[in-house]
Amino acid sequence: MNAGASGNGGGRAAAELHAELGGVTRVYPAVAGYRPVHALGPVDLDLRRGEFFSVVGPSGCGKSTLLEVLAGLQPPSEGKVSFEGKPVHGQVPEGVGVVFQEDASFPWLSVWDNAAFGLRRAGVDSAEIERRVGDALAFMGLKDFQRAYPAQLSGGMRQRVCIARTLVLQPRLILLDEPFGALDAQTRLLMGDEVLRLWRRTGATILLITHALDEAAMLSDRVGVMSARPGRFLDLVETKWPKERDSTIVSEAGFGEVTARLWHHLRGESLKALGQSGAAAAGGRAEA
Amino acid sequence: MSDAAKRSFDILLVLVALFAGWQALYHVAGETALTSPAQTLAYVGELLTTKGDMFARHAWETGRAFLMALGLSYAIGLAIGVALGAHRLSGAVAEPILVALYSLPKVTLYPVILLVFGLGLSAKVAFGAIHGVVPVAVFAMNAIRNIKPAYLKTAKTMRLGPFQVVSTVIFPAALPEIVTGLRVGFSLTLLGVIIGEMFASKQGLGFMVINAINLADVETMMAVAFLLFVAAAIANGILLWIDHWLHKRV
Amino acid sequence: MSRIGWIRLAVLAALVALLETLVRTGIIPYKTMLPPSEMLTALVRLLAAGTATRDIVQTLTCVGAALVSSVVAGFGLGVAIHRFPRVRRALEPFFATYYAVPFFIFYPVLIAIFDLSLLPIILMGFAFAVIAMCIATINGLDRVPRVLGKVARMHRMREFETALRMKLPAAAPHLFTGLKLCVAYSFIGVIASEFILAPSGLGHAIAYAYNDFDNRTMYALMLFVMIVVVTLNMLLHGWEQRLLKRWHGR
Ligand SMILES: Nc1ncnc2c1ncn2[C@@H]1O[C@H](COP(=O)(O)OP(=O)(O)O)[C@@H](O)[C@H]1O
Ligand SMILES: [Mg+2]
Repeated sequence: MNAGASGNGGGRAAAELHAELGGVTRVYPAVAGYRPVHALGPVDLDLRRGEFFSVVGPSGCGKSTLLEVLAGLQPPSEGKVSFEGKPVHGQVPEGVGVVFQEDASFPWLSVWDNAAFGLRRAGVDSAEIERRVGDALAFMGLKDFQRAYPAQLSGGMRQRVCIARTLVLQPRLILLDEPFGALDAQTRLLMGDEVLRLWRRTGATILLITHALDEAAMLSDRVGVMSARPGRFLDLVETKWPKERDSTIVSEAGFGEVTARLWHHLRGESLKALGQSGAAAAGGRAEA
Repeated sequence: MSDAAKRSFDILLVLVALFAGWQALYHVAGETALTSPAQTLAYVGELLTTKGDMFARHAWETGRAFLMALGLSYAIGLAIGVALGAHRLSGAVAEPILVALYSLPKVTLYPVILLVFGLGLSAKVAFGAIHGVVPVAVFAMNAIRNIKPAYLKTAKTMRLGPFQVVSTVIFPAALPEIVTGLRVGFSLTLLGVIIGEMFASKQGLGFMVINAINLADVETMMAVAFLLFVAAAIANGILLWIDHWLHKRV
Repeated sequence: MSRIGWIRLAVLAALVALLETLVRTGIIPYKTMLPPSEMLTALVRLLAAGTATRDIVQTLTCVGAALVSSVVAGFGLGVAIHRFPRVRRALEPFFATYYAVPFFIFYPVLIAIFDLSLLPIILMGFAFAVIAMCIATINGLDRVPRVLGKVARMHRMREFETALRMKLPAAAPHLFTGLKLCVAYSFIGVIASEFILAPSGLGHAIAYAYNDFDNRTMYALMLFVMIVVVTLNMLLHGWEQRLLKRWHGR
């Protein structure tokens, strides 16, 4: 779909910079009776054009915050954010597509109309809409359900509807926030294959947020491991997988090494996060 | 200022605005339509002191009818609600009928009540009860229907007898919703009794209001209406507090 | 129709048949109740003769006016209040009390201000319905998933477009519930007012027929009101269930 981008990650030295976070922090301001929450950073991140980058970290460590700051949905408290060389400022830049952690399909529209939503708004002519939506639905395996409504579909299929809705806009940077978090582990691996197909076909840069080590290890060119809140990158792991890959990679020797390295960092952080949430429940409220 | 204090202040502000609106309406509409807040409060004072005997007699009359109607609403409503909640099919059959009954303008049924019961206490009690029964029944039915099956399974694994299941699982689990129904039923029963007194009685606060209207006695009408408002609002506030408290625990 | 629907129909038919026999055998005296079959024939005759047409048209006009004004105003009010959390928190106790106080008592005040015209009747229907719509709107907006706001920003929508394309459809089932309540409450407010005091209209006609010992007309008109209200209610209930199913599944 996107001819301009000829992406490959895999540690290529002269890879072009696509999006960047520089010294970014995010502190949620205090609300009635609660202290401010320092959720993220400082973090630096250079996304190379066309790479598949995953972020793993314990829950509540600021992964969604990172994604929303990068997308321009939230302002950073400090630091700078840029996409394709231009600063990101209070608005989602054209060319960035986001699929959210929560189900964001529109229950009042059929699958087809959901997918066509952005194009209709943009006033694209109907033949082109027909072509792109048909293409995206076929690609996401939703062709037989185009007349159905989201409430008739399973959670995984609804998430695919959201992906299709983003895909038709031909984004150059796709941000996926735990899109398959609600699925069982086996289905998630299969969905991972679909994301890989999507990545190869569109040539877009992908940033995937996940809490699943195996998913991150299998899909990515690079994996950023985040600490417990406030989230910071502890390690950047390069996988060096070939571009043509799928879920069978889990049986390779290298896969075990990568996951072991991820878990090495994450074990301690996850333990910290466990303790944090306990502490938050016990004494998070400030004495007003 | 703390959050709660700010809220209380805002609520007070709304109250002041309401009274200001009332005062403004008084200036626009004139003495023949309504009395001012100050006049009303003064007359309320008079009703409660020098005219206390007369007022107490009517208030007692209303209170008695209301308590009887409330007893009937609660007893019949709970019996219907529990039965329909326990028996799924009956519940599914009856629910839309109950919803339709709720949306019916029940005043139109008033003549039937009068034809059946004649003028007097029983008519207004019956009228209050038909207003209150439906919400009590609907909430009780849903409360029992919506008890989580896992609770009942847990009770089974503990080998509780039927009486214990009801007293230790079903009753506590259903109570908050049932109480919500009782609260709504309370308000509607009061409404029904007052309407009943306006047409079918020579006693009670509803009669006082309608009689004052017929005699163009604006003072009495406003004062009694005001007292009814305050009493209903206070009762509702207390019930609401209990309701919230029960819901918070679950 | 589903099995439950057939059972419901059978139960209703049995109840009507029971009433019919009770009256025909004289167990319920004729001067209290008419057999349902005669109510129906009386209604058909009444409609054919056209004597009730004016009252019917007037009542439906008033209900229509009360409905439209309360839905529009309640929706606008709900949107406005939802935008200002502080105002909302100050108003919440008043909303919770609104339907618990017998405010119809002030209907005579409205008559004193606006004379015996249709305006006080419409205002009462409006007053009964508007807060229900306002509360439903606030509830609906509360339940718009936050993620939809992010989706809107991803599509670089402005505030107005976000409201129109995201919030409005996402809140639609709740808004529809508000509409359904508004229909029921407009009917209740209008007919109750007509019943208390009005120059014409269905409520007035029922009260008049009662005072005139004209049971035939009285029961025919009651049946008419019931049929209209129940039919409307069933239709709206059905649509509401369909919306809920589409939005939330199952
Ligand atoms: N709007 C907000 N206001 C205050 N705190 C927030 C807000 N959103 C998230 N947080 C807090 O910030 C931290 C990071 O949240 P998030 O980025 O959603 O984590 P993750 O996606 O990694 O689970 C959490 O502790 C969360 O409670
Ligand atoms: Mg998250």
